[in-house]
Order: sequence, then structure tokens, then C-alpha cells
Amino acid sequence: MSATRKNIIEVRNLNVFYGKFQALRNINLDIQTNRITALIGPSGCGKSTFLRALNRMNDLIEGCRTEGEVLFEGKNIFDPETDLLELRRKVGMVFQRPNPFPLSIADNITYGLRVHGRTEPNFLEEKLHRSLQAVNLWEELKDRLHDNALKLTGEQQQRLCIARLLAVEPEVVLMDEPCSALDPVATARIEDLMYELKRDYTIVIVTHNMQQAARVSDYTGYFLLGDLVEFGETNQIFTSPRDKRTEDYITGRFG
Amino acid sequence: MGGHLRLQPRTEQRVVQFFMYLMTSIAVLVLVFILVVILKNGLPQLNLEFLTKNPADMGREGGILSTIVATIFLTFIALLVATPLGVGTAIYLTEYTVESRITRIIRFGAECLAGIPSIIFGLFGFILFVNKLKFGWSILSGGLTLAFMVLPTIIRTSEEAIKAVPSAYRLVSFSLGSTRWQTVTRVVLPSAIPGIVTGVILSIGRSIGETAAVIFTAGSALRMPTSLFSSSRTMSVHFYILAKEGVSMPKAYGTAAVLVISILVINIVTYYLMEKYIKRKS
Repeated sequence: MSATRKNIIEVRNLNVFYGKFQALRNINLDIQTNRITALIGPSGCGKSTFLRALNRMNDLIEGCRTEGEVLFEGKNIFDPETDLLELRRKVGMVFQRPNPFPLSIADNITYGLRVHGRTEPNFLEEKLHRSLQAVNLWEELKDRLHDNALKLTGEQQQRLCIARLLAVEPEVVLMDEPCSALDPVATARIEDLMYELKRDYTIVIVTHNMQQAARVSDYTGYFLLGDLVEFGETNQIFTSPRDKRTEDYITGRFG
Repeated sequence: MGGHLRLQPRTEQRVVQFFMYLMTSIAVLVLVFILVVILKNGLPQLNLEFLTKNPADMGREGGILSTIVATIFLTFIALLVATPLGVGTAIYLTEYTVESRITRIIRFGAECLAGIPSIIFGLFGFILFVNKLKFGWSILSGGLTLAFMVLPTIIRTSEEAIKAVPSAYRLVSFSLGSTRWQTVTRVVLPSAIPGIVTGVILSIGRSIGETAAVIFTAGSALRMPTSLFSSSRTMSVHFYILAKEGVSMPKAYGTAAVLVISILVINIVTYYLMEKYIKRKS
């Protein structure tokens, strides 16, 4: 873990296009190591596009084109020599809807390790244990590891998805509205979990829920129509925003 | 105009329901009728000897063992060739290309292939495999011809099955750093298996039942096949010859009964296995 580096990700002049439509305009932003960075803004403002740029998931979208630089641990991820599979292992993603594979709980957790060539039973077993423990699922699930993951509750599924990601030892965890399919109690518990994970991981979360951003994050960026309007410490953004548009949004006058 | 014909909605509902019921009944009755006729005439012919002896005296005497063996071999070869080709094409069309003019042409081609009468496949197989490639009337020629005949079915059903796999599975797999191939083999195909198997079963049924394409390519020799290059007669062809040339109607019905029962058994067994597979996965 590169805890020594202050900014694990540095975004420089990032532009993203879908065909002729420009989804992100000249974004500059630093993501600090072991901090939670929240990205807020109305639907269609580009925050999810931004998130997907950080592990090049936008590559999978037809007609999507990217300009500028995203430096991960000092190296531009858009360089041709970037090992894309390794980048995605290090910069992992948690999606909006819990999306476990239709496999057993154990197989879900070990999936990422297997595709990266790890098959030693002892290693997989230890990873299974530690990953589930990290998301506080071990006690609940240790006796039903071979049950199908689709039988779990929504919250358990989302935790499982986080555990599945942690198993491959990422450095950065990108979360795309990870609580939007969960009830308020489950949401609160996932937020607690984020807080715990911050010790070992850098988290970037996209959220529609401003209270959530205010509660969990250290830094907040406000996106509007493809522009990063304002970025700073969460406290400052929510108490004394510098930009009028940010103020309108967080006070609920807009969006 | 025609206003006086308008029915009360409730009456209309009853009338429609009646006709729907009638149509469904007719469809089911036809199936039952076929089964009854064939089994009533065929079952009395069935005994151990019928299944374990080769035909004698052009099929008037003995059993149908050699035709059963030929049918199994032919179907096996057809599926052995068509399944990887068909599933491979489906994977290519769904996972490795984006929708374009070329994929549309390939798909259109496959659909045209599906609409070609089987006797044309027979002619094609005769020209290509029997004559040009000099495989002669043989299990190999017949099997390959059947393979091309069922290929569109397998492509189509596999493609539908693969498309039905939630794209979230693919995204997660990629986001964990998997390659496309890993994603296809570990996530997409296991979820698509029931649909793919359905296509394969349909194809087995068509292969077992096919006559026109086979008679031109596998021939109609009654002896037990000994190699891929043996000319041989499948059950369907045997039935056709027995019935058409008036060799022996009882033996023809016996053959038909075996055909029908084996297709039923294949369907039931597969259905059962798929149920188990799907239960295990959800």
C-alpha cells in the first residue's frame, strides 16, 4: 500500500465524450490516499462518467472517448503500456445495485482471485475469511458459505460485493451510489463500513444523497453539466461553498 | 356500421375464452392423436429382439439395431460439429463485436440457412461431402450435413441465451480485472447454459427425425456401421423406406414408436437435468 503518497490519483485536464456529446469538461482533481472523496451533483452531471474514467470502465462503452490524464500512483492510466487488468484490480468498483454472481458466497469472493491466477485452496480460504470479516459478514455467513449468493438480503449482497472487491486487494474503491437500492438502516451500516475501510483503502463515492456525502466524506466535489464546479473539504463545501451554484444545490434550491 | 354485431364486453370475453380454449385443445389433440396412433400400432412390435437384432430380409424380419446405432452416430457427429461452431458464432456475435452491418449480415445469413428445406441440405451434402470430398454415402457425410442443417438453430438459441445474461455480471467481472474470455467462460456461459442446451436438444430432435437430408448423404445400407465411412440407414430413413416401399408396415410402426419414445425420453431427461441445474444456481 502506498500510504506515503499524498494523492493516490491525480486527474489532469480530463475530457470525456460520448460520440459528439461532451460528458466531462476539463476536470482537474486530486484524490487523497486513505480519504473518502464524495462526488455529488444532479443526474446526468457526469459524476458517474468521472468515476468510470478512474478504472477505465468507460472503455467498455461504445463511442466513448477520453482526453487528458489520470495519474494513478504517478502513472497515466491512459498510456498504451498500462496493464488494464492490473489497473482494474487496484482500482475496483462497487455498483449501484448489489450484483453478486449467481454463484455460491465463497465462489463470489474468490472469483477475482481466480481470474488473477490464484488457486491455492489455503490462500483462497484465508482470503474468504478475511474479506467477509472486513465487511462484517463472517459471523452471519460462515455456516452457509456454499449457499447461493442470490439468497442473501440486499444489504448482505452489497456487503458481499464489497468483500468480493476487497479480496483482490485494491488500493482504491470506487462506489457508484452503493446505497441507492438499500433501506435507511442498511445505508447507515454501509456508511459505517466505509468509515472502517478508510483505514486501508482510498474511497471515491458517487452519491445522490447529500446527507450521505456530508456524513461520510472528507472531500467533496460538485459536478454540474460536465463541469467540476467546486471541490474542497466536505466541511467547507457544505458550510461555506464558494460557488453560488454549489450553494443552490446543497441548500436544495436546485437539483 | 356493424354496430348491431357488438357484444357485451362480458359476453365477448366468454366467446374469446371459448375459442382460445378450443384452439389450444385442437393443438393438444393433434399431438395426442399422433402419439396414440403410433404407439397403438408400434408398441406391439416392440420387444427385446426388435431392439437388439439387425434387420433381415430388407427389414421384413429382425429388429432395427443397426439403424439405432447409425442414428446415434449421425446425431452425435452433427452435434459434435454444430455445437462448438454455433456457440462460438453466438459468442462472437454477442461478446466480441458491436452491432454492425457485418453482424447483421451474419445473422441474416444464419436465418436464411434455417429456412432452407432439408432436402436442399441433402443435395448440398451429396455434392460436397459424398462426391467432392469423396466421403461417399457415410455416417460422416450424413453427420456433417446434419451439422450444417442444425447450425442456425444452435446459433440463434445460444445468442438469445447469451444476450439474456444480465450485463451487470459482465461489468463486475471486468471491474475485477478479468479478461473478456474469462468473463465469457466463467460468468456468461454458465448463466446461458440452460438456453444453449435447449437449442442443442431441439437440434438432436431434428437430427434424429431428419430423413431427406440423410438419405442423400448417409445412404440406406442396412448393415451395422463399422466406421465413419460406412453407408448406413437411420431410423427415420428406415421407417420411410419400410412404409413407402410397402416392405412391412408393422416394422415401420415399430421403428416410429422407438423414434417417438426416444425423443420424448431425451426431452424429459434434459428438462429434469436443467431444472436441477437452475435450482442449484439460484
